[in-house]
Amino acid sequence: MAKHALLPRKMINFFMLGLCALGAGAAILVVCLMLGYIMVQGLSFINLDFIISPSVGPGQQGGGMRDEIIGTLVLVGLGSLIAVPLGMLTGVFLSEFGSPRVASAVRFAADVLAGVPSIVIGVFAYIVIVSPMKSYSAFSAGIALAIIMVPVVARTTEESMRLVPLSLREAALALGITRWRSVIFVAIPGALTGIVAGIMLGVARIAGETAPLLFTALGSNFPFDDLMRPISALPLQIYRYAMSPDGNWQEQAWAGAFLLVMLVLVISLVVRWMSRKRRT
Amino acid sequence: MESFINTELSSRKSLNDSDYILQVEELNAFYGSFRAVKNVNMSIPARAVTAIIGPSGCGKSTLLRCFNRMHEVAHGARVEGRVMFDDNNIYATGTDPVRIRCHIGMVFQKPNPFPTMSVLDNVVAGRRLSSLWTKRSEMEELAEKCLRQAALWDEVKDKLKQSGASLSGGQQQRLCIARALAVQPEIILMDEPCSALDPIATLKIEDLMRTLTEEYTIVVVTHNMQQAGRVSDMTAFMLMSDDRAGELVEYDTTQRVFTNPKDKRTEDYITGRFG
Repeated sequence: MAKHALLPRKMINFFMLGLCALGAGAAILVVCLMLGYIMVQGLSFINLDFIISPSVGPGQQGGGMRDEIIGTLVLVGLGSLIAVPLGMLTGVFLSEFGSPRVASAVRFAADVLAGVPSIVIGVFAYIVIVSPMKSYSAFSAGIALAIIMVPVVARTTEESMRLVPLSLREAALALGITRWRSVIFVAIPGALTGIVAGIMLGVARIAGETAPLLFTALGSNFPFDDLMRPISALPLQIYRYAMSPDGNWQEQAWAGAFLLVMLVLVISLVVRWMSRKRRT
Repeated sequence: MESFINTELSSRKSLNDSDYILQVEELNAFYGSFRAVKNVNMSIPARAVTAIIGPSGCGKSTLLRCFNRMHEVAHGARVEGRVMFDDNNIYATGTDPVRIRCHIGMVFQKPNPFPTMSVLDNVVAGRRLSSLWTKRSEMEELAEKCLRQAALWDEVKDKLKQSGASLSGGQQQRLCIARALAVQPEIILMDEPCSALDPIATLKIEDLMRTLTEEYTIVVVTHNMQQAGRVSDMTAFMLMSDDRAGELVEYDTTQRVFTNPKDKRTEDYITGRFG
């Protein structure tokens, strides 16, 4: 064996390993810096008052984002209510029932939809819903967010349904169980943790969306009372407050950003925990 | 037809024509345009074990899957020819494959209990998932009966609520057999049921096959010749022909196939000259 050839190979190996470590380090550094900065800033401004009291005008002290938090919950809830059944059905269709040609067309459409910039979806919702109804509304924002969420749910549902082994579907069929029953009682339960993870990723995605809300929810200074009226939301208010010269508002923008980041972070952690549990 | 009894393995009742439960006529199986099984004709006796042996890729699993219309589950797969079951062609137009599979069950190579279900739910899955409503006590009774038949009851009676995936490989396979029995089929097709199991678990399954012939007909695919010799009454030997389609080379009592094969190729395979 050529012993001499080993040294350069080891060096190349070491060099490549260093490059990989550098890349990974850079990615982690960015996340840590961003999270750290938001946490340090946000934690110093967040308090109970921020969560339970309504917003105050410029120049005033105190106040919070109660209505914005409720607004975001309403919008995310509405979006999920529409997107979860639609996305799940699409995912089940893609993995179980679509003929290869139809399925690949639908899959392509879903991928394109997932890649559409969210502001374009906002404009679309404005043209199709806001404009004819002559009013900005929570409803139109919910639709816009649902459009963003559907491909996420559909594709993760499809992926996790595909992970259910063929052997289990065959086992069900060989027991004289009909196709659709085997899908409902064997394939979907087997894929459930993956589907739930997909839904949560979708929720995390739409919870922070701002652009489509500019064209649909608009924002509001009043508590939420009507789906057909404008509604305020956390990201919208963060945007407004962060842009304003008012010191109190800027502090609240930090606190809002912190809340939003924590929400996404917690969801991501739960999803990780769930998928780890699934593997074992 | 006295000659059909395998006297060495079991001295049981003699067979006549009406004892054939499955009659395969001119069966061809395709994957797309590729023919995997060519012109198979064979009659499978009731309440006996029929083994299908042959080297890998000779189409024995494909042939087995044609017997309960599982072949067509694969995309682009189709079947030509006839399989007569109780004087009805299971491939006749209008025949519901779901119905056929209730009469002709299947056990697969790799144990595949439903991981999301308990041991008990696994056993009664076939019944529960194809009816709108089932009575709990009835299901428990059925589960016990089938687990006893599958010689698994004593090992799992305290674990009925545990996940089916928590059992050992051999237990899982017997669970799958119990699950197939719970649908109350007449025939059970087994596709290399022991190839993922250790020798002791294998022995248990083989014993089980013998006992099950009191009530059921068993067709088993195996690449283990010794296994075919140990458990089966009839043996079919398959081989890939020149056009890569599987052919039935010889089909006779196990005793004759193993001691006095008619075909040279069978003899070569049995004596270990290839395969």
